[in-house]
Amino acid sequence: MSRTATTFRNRAAPRGLRLALAALLSLFLIGCSEAASNNRAVFVLLDISNGYAQEREKVQQLSAYLLSELGAGDSLAVAFIDNSSFTERNIIAQTTFDARPSVVGQQKRAVLGKVQSFMEGFETPSYHSDITGGILLGRDYLHGTNAERQHLFVLSDLHEDLPPELNRDMALDLAGIRVVALNVLRQRGDNNDPAAYHERLASWKARVEEDGGRWQVINELERLPRRVALR
Amino acid sequence: MFSEILTIWSDSPALSLAIWLVIAITLLYAGRPHAHQLLRNTGRSFYRSLRLAGAGVRQLENRVSHRNRDVLLAAGREEAENAIEREFARVSEIVERDLGQYPVLHRRLNETLEKIETDYHNSIENKPMPRAWQELMDTIGKLPTSGDPAVNSILENIRDVVQKSHDETLEAYQSDINERHGILKGMRPDWRNLGQTMGKVHETITGLDERSKSIDRQMAEYERMRNSDDEAVNTLMASSLKQFFISSLVLTIAVFGAIVNFHLIAMPMSEMVGGTSSIGPMAASDVAALVIIMVEITMGLFLLESLRVTHLFPVISRLNDRMRRYLMIASLVILVIFAGIESSLAYLRDMLAADQAALAQQLTGEATGGTEFGWIPAMGQMLLGFILPFALAFVGIPLESFVHSLRTVLGAVTLGLLRALRVTLRVTGGLANHLCAMLINLYDLLIMVPLSIERMVCYRMENREAAPESASPSEPETVQTEASEPPPEIQEQAPRKRSRKRAEPTAAETPADADDLPLTTQEA
Repeated sequence: MSRTATTFRNRAAPRGLRLALAALLSLFLIGCSEAASNNRAVFVLLDISNGYAQEREKVQQLSAYLLSELGAGDSLAVAFIDNSSFTERNIIAQTTFDARPSVVGQQKRAVLGKVQSFMEGFETPSYHSDITGGILLGRDYLHGTNAERQHLFVLSDLHEDLPPELNRDMALDLAGIRVVALNVLRQRGDNNDPAAYHERLASWKARVEEDGGRWQVINELERLPRRVALR
Repeated sequence: MFSEILTIWSDSPALSLAIWLVIAITLLYAGRPHAHQLLRNTGRSFYRSLRLAGAGVRQLENRVSHRNRDVLLAAGREEAENAIEREFARVSEIVERDLGQYPVLHRRLNETLEKIETDYHNSIENKPMPRAWQELMDTIGKLPTSGDPAVNSILENIRDVVQKSHDETLEAYQSDINERHGILKGMRPDWRNLGQTMGKVHETITGLDERSKSIDRQMAEYERMRNSDDEAVNTLMASSLKQFFISSLVLTIAVFGAIVNFHLIAMPMSEMVGGTSSIGPMAASDVAALVIIMVEITMGLFLLESLRVTHLFPVISRLNDRMRRYLMIASLVILVIFAGIESSLAYLRDMLAADQAALAQQLTGEATGGTEFGWIPAMGQMLLGFILPFALAFVGIPLESFVHSLRTVLGAVTLGLLRALRVTLRVTGGLANHLCAMLINLYDLLIMVPLSIERMVCYRMENREAAPESASPSEPETVQTEASEPPPEIQEQAPRKRSRKRAEPTAAETPADADDLPLTTQEA
């Protein structure tokens, strides 16, 4: 009888330890569960057509800001708008950042290097500007990431000049995407007719919002952190 | 709507309002007894209900107070018993260690000291010259000289031989004395050492005396606790509050230490568990860092429990020594492993921070400068990561004090709340009663016109009834009667006084707390 009691007492503590270990294991398993989709995805479009190519340095500034803001699990892609933008060759760099901070740093350096290489190798501006094709390209990328917050930054004067063979008369389907037009330059024709500039912005806004997206215009990049909350 | 109702009697609002007032006053006058009854009963019921609730709260307060007192005394008794037990254990240890062989040692020490002292005193005295040699020298010196040269020569030779022998004997004697004195001189340090040993023994005896006084003091305190003395309760309460504040302060410091530890390992934990997964609103890496810190604290608690420093887990206290030792070793090993992990994580954190700083400089286009003394913060973080788990492991000691004193503090707070509730209930009941009394007076103030008419009518009717009675006697009596009649106000107050007297309970009916009863409406 006394032996049984002693055995029971001796086993009481290991049972408590086993319970604690089981709780820790459960917590560990919960921690290894599927990651919640609370990540961000950003697609940057740079217009390299005749009227806007001189502003291409802005993309470096924007990339630096985005790389400093984005973190593990987020996605970033940088592409350019030229005569025909709905192709894979338009993408300068794209990546989804790893869960480990040490790898994230390497990925950011790689993206920055590709963007810098593109800037250094740029020679000839394009004659046309296929903005719709670029937006469609970005839309497909952003929808593919399945991120919770999706941003499409467009560095362009928003003056679309399509080649005759391209058909871009279609719905954009921008549900869940915030389209931010950055540094929208006024063209020489806008000087003669300022209303044309506002009409251009209004038409893009109407088109984006009709297709389910949210529209925003920020002409100074310095205001970007205050106007667009990536976090 | 309001204006329509107001002008229902006449188009003139003033006239209509006057009619409304007359109607209202008439209705109020008609309903005066019922309204008074309603207000009076409402006030009294409020007062009595709240007073009843206050009495209930008081009973609960007494019960909580007694319970607090019992708990406090029980805890104090247990602590005093432990303290007395510890004192006795110390005394026993001192007796066994220092005084076990004391009687034999004391006897030997005394014998040795006496012997040494006697020898020393004997050895330092200069022995007188042996008496035989002195007498011989005196006899030879007194021998008569006959003038014979041969005899004189013989006597001279004998004196010389005796003198020489005497000198040799004296020299040998002095040499022996000096040698003996030297031996005794060499024994002096031993003598002093023995004296010091005796001094230590004396100190031990004195220490035991102090211990016994301390035990007497604690026994007296224990006796006061057993007798539930108020002074002992107050002392225990003060001690408990002091323990509560001190342990709270130390626990706050420990919490800050845990926060520093968390920030030290949270970022590098994302390198291990990933920075994208989350558990609820928190990142998985943060949760993992918190779990590590909690496990370290738990291991520290187990370690202190197995060392019997704290007594939070009776299960561990009841374990046999072998199991307890195993638990202690296991806790210590796990703690050391976690400290090593934290140290490496701290180093990883430093590396990641340096990498992020370099990346930020690269993004902003600034020149990357090398850090010459970058190893110093890295080493500091590693050391911090290794030391903090052990520092957090000692949180069990203040935690135990906090838990023990928390019961007392919670009891005192509960008692205070109950007292505040009781006072609030009583004050609210009194206020409600007085408010109703005020409303009764206000009611009478609204209908003062009909009340005045009523008083006048009553006065005249009383006068009329009194006139025939006073007409039959002689005139002077009538005058006397009129003169002795009190004024109308006094007449009006007379029934009141009677009713008041009737309303007052007798001494036998008066409740124990009659002073707390409210005034009646008429009194008000």
